Amino acid sequence: MTSAAPVARPSLRQASGPARRRAAFSGAMNALLAAAVLLALIPLGLILAVIVAKGLPAMNWEFLTGTFNFSRRESGGGYLHGLVGTLYMGGLAALMAIPAGIAAAVFLTEFPRHPVSGPVRFFSDVMTGVPSVFVGLFVYTLLVRRIGFGTFVGAVSLAIIMLPIVVRSSEEILKLVPGELKRASYALGARRWQTVLSVVIPTAAPGLVTGAMLAVARALGETAPLVLTALAANQVVFDLQGSGQSALPLLIFREARGAFEAGQQRAWAGALELMLLVLVLTVLARLIGARRPAGT
Amino acid sequence: MSGTGITIGLERDTAQEELAFLTTADQAQPALAHEADAALDPVFELRGMSVHYGAFRAVRDMDLSIERHRITALIGPSGCGKSTVLRSLNRMNDLIPGARVEGEVRYNGEDIYDPAVDAVEVRRRIGMVFQKPNPFPKSIYDNVAFGPRLNRFRGDLDDLVEASLRRAALWDEVRDKLRSNALSLSGGQQQRLCIARAIAVEPDVILMDEPCSALDPIATLRIEELMRELKENYTIVIVTHNMQQAARASDTTAFLTMGTDRAGYLVEVAPTQQLFTRPANRLTEDYITGRFG
Repeated sequence: MTSAAPVARPSLRQASGPARRRAAFSGAMNALLAAAVLLALIPLGLILAVIVAKGLPAMNWEFLTGTFNFSRRESGGGYLHGLVGTLYMGGLAALMAIPAGIAAAVFLTEFPRHPVSGPVRFFSDVMTGVPSVFVGLFVYTLLVRRIGFGTFVGAVSLAIIMLPIVVRSSEEILKLVPGELKRASYALGARRWQTVLSVVIPTAAPGLVTGAMLAVARALGETAPLVLTALAANQVVFDLQGSGQSALPLLIFREARGAFEAGQQRAWAGALELMLLVLVLTVLARLIGARRPAGT
Repeated sequence: MSGTGITIGLERDTAQEELAFLTTADQAQPALAHEADAALDPVFELRGMSVHYGAFRAVRDMDLSIERHRITALIGPSGCGKSTVLRSLNRMNDLIPGARVEGEVRYNGEDIYDPAVDAVEVRRRIGMVFQKPNPFPKSIYDNVAFGPRLNRFRGDLDDLVEASLRRAALWDEVRDKLRSNALSLSGGQQQRLCIARAIAVEPDVILMDEPCSALDPIATLRIEELMRELKENYTIVIVTHNMQQAARASDTTAFLTMGTDRAGYLVEVAPTQQLFTRPANRLTEDYITGRFG
């Protein structure tokens, strides 16, 4: 046994001065961040709460299955024609924008240094920021003045809204496909198109679907481009062109600023319906995105 | 077939002998008749091959013959260009922007860098297995069937998949779960699946780029065992960091190192046993005895 002078061994619980200061600073910062998050969530929560509170009372079977009454001053009737128009134009737009957008993204990832790639990427970014009313005006001048209002021209304007979102989200997803998988494919004697079709796109598929669904969800909420292209309809319209088409945002826009209490009620219910539609699409997108690739 | 003696020698190998290889790596291969090299039948002939990445010369003036139905190991310190050499053999370097191969790489007498030669055709004949197992995120079956499907294989795909998996010594482990995802296999199984996938396109040569570096010792041993079985039908070129592996598994070893200009070059190529016991070059001796690298 050695008898040395007792060495002072400070307890672990006794933090030193600087450590205590750092801990306090860290705590303060955490509190600040939490407050910022709460602040950011307040408008979101309020919007959801108000839409549900005001929309739910007017939401009923008749609203979901009916179209406009003879008189819009009266309550009753519904937005079925708007729902049909939104899904119809959204679907058509998706058919136009998603294949083109994914094709463009494949080009950007496969030929990142191609002279065309830079401009395509730049203009996609610019297009993401273009006010949607410009898109409406563009389609109005280009198409509506020649072939009139209708479902098709409305879908074209929605497709233009979707396209840049699909391109940029797909590009990010495609870039994540591991190079080693592509190399494995090339080493087996695959050509570039074979590698893209049988390795790159299947591997990226869940992410591509998510990006596409988010683009669709974004476009379904657009009003401005439709005002100048789809115009309006009071009943369910299945014509591709030749008559105006309705959409949920158009109906909400029209009735919410109207003078009639009944119309405003319907607009709230319409807002709730649109929100639920977008919610369903977003949840679907997340579910598909989270799905593991084939097998276990 | 010129290599009959070698074949018999290999089939005699038992698991015990392989374990003995592990412990006495220096004596490695039992006296396989390397001296019977009389009838040379090279698959690859490299003449004055240099590889550049942009302005950087990664490999310079390489002359090397790679014999048919042999396992040729490329060894050397990191950065000496072993993998670069390997990738030049099936034009995988084409995929790297700025990569350029000069000199001649003759495969069965034909220059694979001839403008009339299609790189895709080269890769169909010369398969590759990578450092990290890289199965596609598809089923085991679809992984093996990938290559044949590309080539519009006409015939019984099920049979081909089974035969390829058998050759890769994986069939018994996966026969009941061909439809499950390849990523559910262990690392060693995944690497054997990658070998099965490469075999399924019926290549002539299999290039292996450090195929065991991500595997545990048992899985490593299995892959080496497999390589010895495969060389009956294929020519194998393997890059390895592991000198014991080269000593255990290869017939011929080529030692590369890096010059003062940082370009890799070939120092010495010899039958494996000879290279490890009587290296002709001082650099080789220093490397294999661990004095350098």
